[in-house]
Parts: sequence; structure tokens; C-alpha cells
Amino acid sequence: MSSETKQILTTDGIPLEVSLKKAEKKNKIKAFLLVAPLLLFLIITYIFPIGDMFMRSVDDKMITNMLPKTFKAMEKWENLDELPPEEVFSAFYFDFKLLVKKQEQGKLGQRLNKEKNGFNSITKKLLRQIKRKKIDENANIKEQLMKVHKRWRSVEYWQAIKRTAPPYTMAKYLKGMDMYFAADGSVAQVEEDRRIHRILWLRTLEIAFFVTLFCFFMGYPIAHLLATLPMKYSNLLMICVLLPFWTSLLVRTASWMILLQQQGLVNDFFVMIGLVADDNRPEMMYNKVGTYVAMTQILLPFMVLPLYSVMKTISPSLMRAGKSLGGTPFVAFWKVYFPLTIPGIGAGCLLVFILAIGYYITPALVGGASGTLISNQIAFHMKTTLDWSFASAMGLMLLTGVLVIYWIYNKLVGVDNIKLG
Amino acid sequence: MALPSYTETRYRVWHYIYITICAFVFIFLIAPLFVIFPLSFNAEEFLVFSEGMKNLDPDAFSLRWYNDMIYGTKNPWGLAAKNSFIIAIFATIGSIILGTLAALGLSSRHMPYKGLIMATLISPMIVPLIISGVAIFFFMAKAGLAATHTGIVLAHIILGTPFVVITVTATLSGFDHSVTRAAASLGSNPVNTFMKITLPLILPGVISGGLFAFVTSFDEVVVVLFLAGLENTTIPIQMWTGLREQLSPTILAVATCLIILSTLILISAELLRRRSERLRGINR
Repeated sequence: MSSETKQILTTDGIPLEVSLKKAEKKNKIKAFLLVAPLLLFLIITYIFPIGDMFMRSVDDKMITNMLPKTFKAMEKWENLDELPPEEVFSAFYFDFKLLVKKQEQGKLGQRLNKEKNGFNSITKKLLRQIKRKKIDENANIKEQLMKVHKRWRSVEYWQAIKRTAPPYTMAKYLKGMDMYFAADGSVAQVEEDRRIHRILWLRTLEIAFFVTLFCFFMGYPIAHLLATLPMKYSNLLMICVLLPFWTSLLVRTASWMILLQQQGLVNDFFVMIGLVADDNRPEMMYNKVGTYVAMTQILLPFMVLPLYSVMKTISPSLMRAGKSLGGTPFVAFWKVYFPLTIPGIGAGCLLVFILAIGYYITPALVGGASGTLISNQIAFHMKTTLDWSFASAMGLMLLTGVLVIYWIYNKLVGVDNIKLG
Repeated sequence: MALPSYTETRYRVWHYIYITICAFVFIFLIAPLFVIFPLSFNAEEFLVFSEGMKNLDPDAFSLRWYNDMIYGTKNPWGLAAKNSFIIAIFATIGSIILGTLAALGLSSRHMPYKGLIMATLISPMIVPLIISGVAIFFFMAKAGLAATHTGIVLAHIILGTPFVVITVTATLSGFDHSVTRAAASLGSNPVNTFMKITLPLILPGVISGGLFAFVTSFDEVVVVLFLAGLENTTIPIQMWTGLREQLSPTILAVATCLIILSTLILISAELLRRRSERLRGINR
């Protein structure tokens, strides 16, 4: 007898193994088809645009496309400490003339000016000379160009043009960290008094860290109380956590604006108990204090809910066992209860930290100048300066940080363990 | 939380300190919401409690800001409310459909790359809103959907689906798949099985995910600020503008209405959660 006849066959005569594999595959496809609409939707409208942000943040094609002949000619420019050869000058001249025809020479001047100060005026001067037809295209263009302005004789300006040749640049990312490409192509630091972005990054981290800390120290006791109280009391108290959770963020921010203003209730209270003089009420809004207080209250439910769901599963008899074995309540708490709540602490802290690090609305409203965070800066560049590539670069830097935390969170707790309400 | 009679004094003291701390935290959480309520009935234009209000003088209270909210000519609250509801309702429907289907697929044990796909589907909830805002704005601008209702609805579906996916997957985790197999063996087609068997059982999870999606859309301001034109103004945008420029009591009237709305949503969410736990046989 051959081995084939020993195989178990289904009623249709197909080997069971094959039939089973077929069914498995069918189920796999079925499951995937259910997920596919949302997955496709998100990939098109969300994941690709984030990739688009990356392309924008490194994109520097504009100038590459504006001066094609120049960059081609520059390939032959060998000794970079000396002025480039005649071909580069003439190539630049013809590229520039073409731009003048398309009326795009202004953009070129601005872009080059960012690379090295002084380009704006010398391109304008060149423009005037071209318009007056002062440049003889049959003669030596290098000599004529050098006469237009003395800066065209300086090798630094030609080096600056060469630096803009690659179609991609990391300059925006460096700018986000208060650094830039120096004349020789190395990375340099911005002067100390102009390092605004580093201050913002540090402040964002600091505020996110302390808000997480405050939320933990306030959230832990009440989560414990909610988990240990009898159902009928804890349900009532749970409303205190859930109502703010469901209430509009702007409403909660508005209420803090009212409470913290100089004539507000918190100041009234301080005056009443004699902590501060009536004519010397402290400013509690439009600074870090306001940001801390409002953000802590707004994010506290996100700390309490994961803690509560973990604490709820801890049996009270464990604490009793700890105590009956001779531990004081403190020892029993520290050695038995606390270690069991660590998954909840991890979940709550990471959730609050991730949310806090990207906060935008509340700091913008109650933060004032010293309470603004990196998100506010991104919004500022998106809306006011319209430097979208810089906004994208900073957004992606922030995103990288958040994804690292998310990854840790996923390893520690698992995303599918997120509980809501 | 009554203490046993044998508790030592120092633990007794500690216990009362603990209760006091908790009380303060609860007040910190809930009190700010109650400041808005009385001030929205202020007869004066200032956002502080007047002498009359402190003495409970009836003349110090009025409904003028509610009147201003509804009939005020300069206030686009009517348009904003209409837009907010339309956008939130369509975004909720979209999120529920896409999210529930995806959750059904994800809960199948045959699903390949489950972790990766789940992480992708949840990502709009984790990625900071400002980044989502920038990315979605780039997409909508390219697709020509900026400053349209459609664009905002699509954006809110992106932000709302993670909640539906999470709640429905949670409901499905306790789901007994033998009932759907039983239905199939009795000759029901998959669609019929879903409508008659699965959906009624997971409905509490679907609705509570839908509530999250609704609130997310209704309260969303960061992404809308990038996308909305003058005609797409929503309640959060109006509040944002109002809070930035000048805090007027009309905003407090709107805020009071929003608090009432969130209370209603909280109650329905709680009722649903209990019903879901009962249906799934979880007794706590």
C-alpha cells in the first residue's frame, strides 16, 4: 500500500490537510477584508500625509531646479578655495537671466540670502544690470559679473551657492535644534541668546514630566480610594473623574481662566486666608503656573482610569495576609500592594506623558509667553510664518519622541490593553 | 472605609490624612466645572462674582447671556452649533462603520500581523493632535477638501475610529464565537448572522465607541483650526476665538450647555457600560 491511501480524506476526496489549509487561508482573507477599508482609509489620508510631511521637511529642490546649468558647471570647479572657473559664472548668468524672464529671481535672492547674508542686494544689482543690457554676452562674463558688485568677487558667496546644490537638506532639522550648516559645511551652534528652540524642547519635556508627576501623586490615592470603597460610594465619586473626562477641553480651560485670573476665586481665597495682600495679587495665569494647574486637572482622569482598572483586580485579602504575617500597614502596602499596581502606573504615566508632550490648546490659552510649548511653535510656523517645511520638521522630531514612548508603552502594557472609562 | 477598632492611633491619623488628600483631589477635579454655572447667569459683563451674586440678590442674576447666545446678531453660535452637530454625526457614523468592521477582523484569530495593524489603527489617538493636524491639512489641501464639511468629517473619522476599534475589540474579547457558528450551521448567511446575532451582542461596545467618536469630533479644535473656513466654523472654534480675544459671559452660557451635554453623554456611557458587563456576564 502506498502512503497516499493512508492520508485522511474529506468526503470530497481532498486530503484533510489541504482542505484545512484552504479554509484557514479563506478565513485569513475574510478577516483581512474586514480590516482593509479602515486600513486603506488611514494609509491614504493619514500615514501617507505624514510621509509627505517628511518629504516637505527635507525638500530643497526649488533652488536645484532654478540653477541647473550652474550646478552642472560647478562639478568642474575643483579648488574650492579659489573663485570658480569662467564656465560657472556664465552658467549662473544664463540661469539667472532665465529666472528674470520668469520673474522668479526674487525667490532665488531670498533663498540664497538665508544661506548667506547679502545675496538679496547683489542679485538685485545684477538684475538692474541685466535690465539695462549692460552685460555683453559675447565677452568674458566672469570679468563683467565681478564688476557688478564686489561680493561676486568673493569666493564665500560662490561656496554658498554650491552648498544649495543637493535637492535634499537636513537644515530644517538642525534649525529645530538651534544649529545650522556653517560656511565650510560643518554643523555649528546658533549664538547663545538666539537658542529659542532648545528652550522650548526642554520646557516641553519639563512640563510634561512634572504634569505626569503631579497627576501620579494626585491620581494614585483617589484611584486607590475608588477601588477599595464599596460600589455605591465609589460609583458616585467616579462621576468626579468621569465628568471632567467627558467635558470639552475648552470648557475646562475656560473655567481655569476664570479661577486663576487676578480677580478670580483662587486669588480671592488667598486674600481671604491672608496669604497675599489684596493690592498685591499674584499673576497665576499666562505663565507656567497656569499651564501646570490646568494641564494637571485636565489630564488627571487619564491617570486615574488605568490605575483604577488595575487596582480593582487586586484582592483585598492580599493586604490582610501581608498584615497578618506581621507587616505594618505601610510595609504591607509597599511590599504587596504597590508592586501589583506597577502595570497601572506605567500605563497611566506614559499615557499622561504622551498627551502632555503634544499639548497645544491649554498652553496657548493659559500659558502666555513662558508657558508655550513646542506644539505652539509648530502651529505658529504653520499659520503665521507659513514655513511649512520647518513646521513639518519639528512635528516629525516630536513624533519620533512620541513613537519611542509609544513603543515602550506597547512593550510594557500593550496597546490593546488601553481601557476607556 | 470604616477602620477596625483595633487600629493604632498613628494609622488612624494617617488614614484621615489620606481621606483629606483624596477629598481635595476630588474637589480639584470637579470644582472648576461648577464655577462656570453660576457665572453664566451673571447680570453684569464681568467674569467675577459680583457683590449682588454673593448676597444671592435676584437682580444680580439674569438670562441675558443665554439670550445673547441664541439671538445675538454678532454671535455665530447658531451656525457653529449646526455645523458641529452635522460634522459630529457624520463623523460618528463613519467611525462606527469603519471601526466596527476593523474590530471584527482584528478579533478573528486568523488575522495576520495583528499587532502591527492594531498599532496603525490606534495611531491617530497616540500621535499628538498638532502633528495629525498638519498631516491631515496637507492631505486635504492636495485633495481640494480644505474648508469643506467633507474634509472635516473625514478628518474626524480618522481621529474617532481608534476609540471605536478599542471599545468594540474589548467587547469582542468576551464574545463566544460558538453562537455565530451555531447560526451558520443553522443555515444563516454571514450578513444575517452579523445583524441578528453578533451586532445585538456587541451593540453596547459599538455605541460607547460611537459616543467617544462623537465627543472627539464635537470637542475637536486643533485639526479643525487648520481645516475650517469661515463657513465651517464649529463650537470649539468659536470658543477658541472667544477665549483668545475676549472672555465674554456668552462663552460661559455655551460652556454650561456643553457641560449639560457631557453629563448626558456620561450617563448614557455609564448605563451602556453596565449593560455590556451584564450581557457579557461580568459581575463586579
